[in-house]
Amino acid sequence: MCLCRTLLIQQIRGSSNAILVKEKKPTNSLLITKEEGLVLYEDMILGRSFEDMCAQMYYRGKMFGFVHLYNGQEAVSTGFIKLLTKSDSVVSTYRDHVHALSKGVSARAVMSELFGKVTGCCRGQGGSMHMFSKEHNMLGGFAFIGEGIPVATGAAFTSKYKREVLKQDCDDVTVAFFGDGTCNNGQFYECLNIAALYKLPIIFVVENNLWAIGMSHLRSTSDPEIWKKGPAFGMPGVHVDGMDVLKVREVAKEAVTRARRGEGPTLVECETYRFRGHSLADPDELRDAAEKAKYAARDTITALKKYLIENKLANEGELKKIDDLVEEAVEFADASPQPGRSQLLENVFADPKGFGIGPDGRYRCEDPKFTEGTAQV
Amino acid sequence: MSAIIHGAGAATALSTFNSKKLVARSRTNLPGRSKRCIVAAGSDDGSKSFGSSSLSLRHSHKLIANNAVATKADTSATTGHELLLFEALQEGLEEEMDRDPHVCVMGEDVGHYGGSYKVTKGLADKFGDLRVLDTPICENAFTGMGIGAAMTDLRPVIEGMNMGFLLLAFNQISNNCGMLHYTSGGQFTIPVVIRGPGGVGRQLGAEHSQRLESYFQSIPGIQMVACSTPYNAKGLMKAAIRSENPVILFEHVLLYNLKEKIPDEEYICNLEEAEMVRPGEHITILTYSRMRYHVMQAAKTLVNKGYDPEVIDIRSLKPFDLYTIGNSVKKTHRVLIVEECMRTGGIGASLTAAINENFHDYLDAPVMCLSSQDVPTPYAGTLEEWTVVQPAQIVTAVEQLCQ
Repeated sequence: MCLCRTLLIQQIRGSSNAILVKEKKPTNSLLITKEEGLVLYEDMILGRSFEDMCAQMYYRGKMFGFVHLYNGQEAVSTGFIKLLTKSDSVVSTYRDHVHALSKGVSARAVMSELFGKVTGCCRGQGGSMHMFSKEHNMLGGFAFIGEGIPVATGAAFTSKYKREVLKQDCDDVTVAFFGDGTCNNGQFYECLNIAALYKLPIIFVVENNLWAIGMSHLRSTSDPEIWKKGPAFGMPGVHVDGMDVLKVREVAKEAVTRARRGEGPTLVECETYRFRGHSLADPDELRDAAEKAKYAARDTITALKKYLIENKLANEGELKKIDDLVEEAVEFADASPQPGRSQLLENVFADPKGFGIGPDGRYRCEDPKFTEGTAQV
Repeated sequence: MSAIIHGAGAATALSTFNSKKLVARSRTNLPGRSKRCIVAAGSDDGSKSFGSSSLSLRHSHKLIANNAVATKADTSATTGHELLLFEALQEGLEEEMDRDPHVCVMGEDVGHYGGSYKVTKGLADKFGDLRVLDTPICENAFTGMGIGAAMTDLRPVIEGMNMGFLLLAFNQISNNCGMLHYTSGGQFTIPVVIRGPGGVGRQLGAEHSQRLESYFQSIPGIQMVACSTPYNAKGLMKAAIRSENPVILFEHVLLYNLKEKIPDEEYICNLEEAEMVRPGEHITILTYSRMRYHVMQAAKTLVNKGYDPEVIDIRSLKPFDLYTIGNSVKKTHRVLIVEECMRTGGIGASLTAAINENFHDYLDAPVMCLSSQDVPTPYAGTLEEWTVVQPAQIVTAVEQLCQ
């Protein structure tokens, strides 16, 4: 990690520079306090340990299906989400475990969800790719790329509506996370237009890890510099080193402040990398060993640890591991019961009258077999 | 406010569906069913449990007022006001927007233009540009935006300028609208209404003449209703907005100018119930939307020939009201389905299966289903006429079934 710098977001107007920053002269003040540093460190280490444990549990047959791990990208999740309040919203993709954890969903709830237990945050009904939490305003967890971005736009629209129509004191922002592959998808562009048009309090965060399963970003994108696409829609576009949590945090601060002040959306491209394959089923044979090594050397956790120690913000002893929390989560998930048959039909409709009226004249949901999950619907 | 129970509105006696006037006819009470249009005063709470106390048997479900109307519906009386179907939709929408500030509208040209079929005319002036939002042309994104807004406490009414355009929003409707309540373990509700005109119009061409109800019917977690009269248009619109479930409300391009007198008092139509249009003894004809009028036209001919058809407008396309339908089948033992969907995989196909499964013992003849041809709707008027079911075909089918 280099000297303290303060980065300001600039409107990029036809510039060909990858990063256009205004650098202040380094001062004596650090970017973070000790408390903030510890929060950031613990969040990233929780994310890393959790994902490592997921891999273990998957290969032991405790979780199934498609599991997409976040190792290596922690700086983006921590850098953004630790600036948000509980009422701000986060929308993610299938690579959502760590976003959920950073937003405040307990490790127990996420692990149980992965094990498919009733104590999971979605009662075992969502799984790895659908982490939701009403309490923490984690709006999912989406399996198809890009389909969460309009939902995030809607959450930001609600924020504006609450302020301007309902006259409530609302400055909630929404952060939408998605990848480089999504940036070739129509939904992305449609939402950039809408967000800029209505000046919605949303931040579009591109986690550009250069690979969409086995498709290199450079092979699929005519102009690979994603941050440039922001100004085309009338919003600032920023590129930031996504392996450096402090840099991400500085950019995030400005973007979030802009949104809260009603100045509209920002597009942030984070250059980051996933240390593991696309999912646990991906053999990850296409990526170059040298590329992997290059990014491994920029591991955000190692870097932050070094920064904290060098700047005397914390010592080794304080930067403890938090394996306990993750192991406890596994124990909790293991001990939790699996969903019973009665749960099958419960949450299909918010109003179960939606299952309609049966031949006997009663609503189907009044049939006792309905609560047992064995009813004919 | 008090909500009042009404009998199911005017029966229709139209010569063509373009006729401007609907004559209200007094209906006799059907045995065993005293209330047809029921106000859903409150929604069930909670996604994980539903106490049986809140859902009593429908025929004993008593609702509010002591001044509930007589069960003999005679709406041609002095009360009520006359309006066109699109105005009825607007009235329902406006009343709900007045009632709850969280209700908002989004879609193309709904604001300043007033809606391509004038359903939202004047609403932007009254409620502002944010509550009646003119969106850019991006169905997938604004439908998803409506869903995201619904998850965060708003109640959007999303308009597809033509239902066919919602094919572009299929990702959002299927994956998010229908499924998010379930995949989130019941944490988030999606109280959206997705509405718009569909069906075969007057030489609008193949792409503007689609019937999306057949494509959407498999999506779990949504309800689909089709309106056909000003009375049920307003009632279903209001019920759909108040429902905690995502509801798709199908309107028909050719029915917007139907005129009918509707009650001045507030009322709602039950989303899950079918509507008895004409009681009869010989055969059950199940239909919805525009085909209701072709059926009623055929019914006149049939009555003259000595038949007594029972006509039911199923209204709820998903789920089916198997009680009303079942009672009818048990009485007449013959079923004819008349729909505008394509033959393959349409609503009629599902309804045929449901009737065969549930009421097979009561049938004296196989269920017959008249649907549109599996053909992209041609532009030429003559060809277009032959793709949809015409009254003469309905008469022939009834004669065949009743042999």
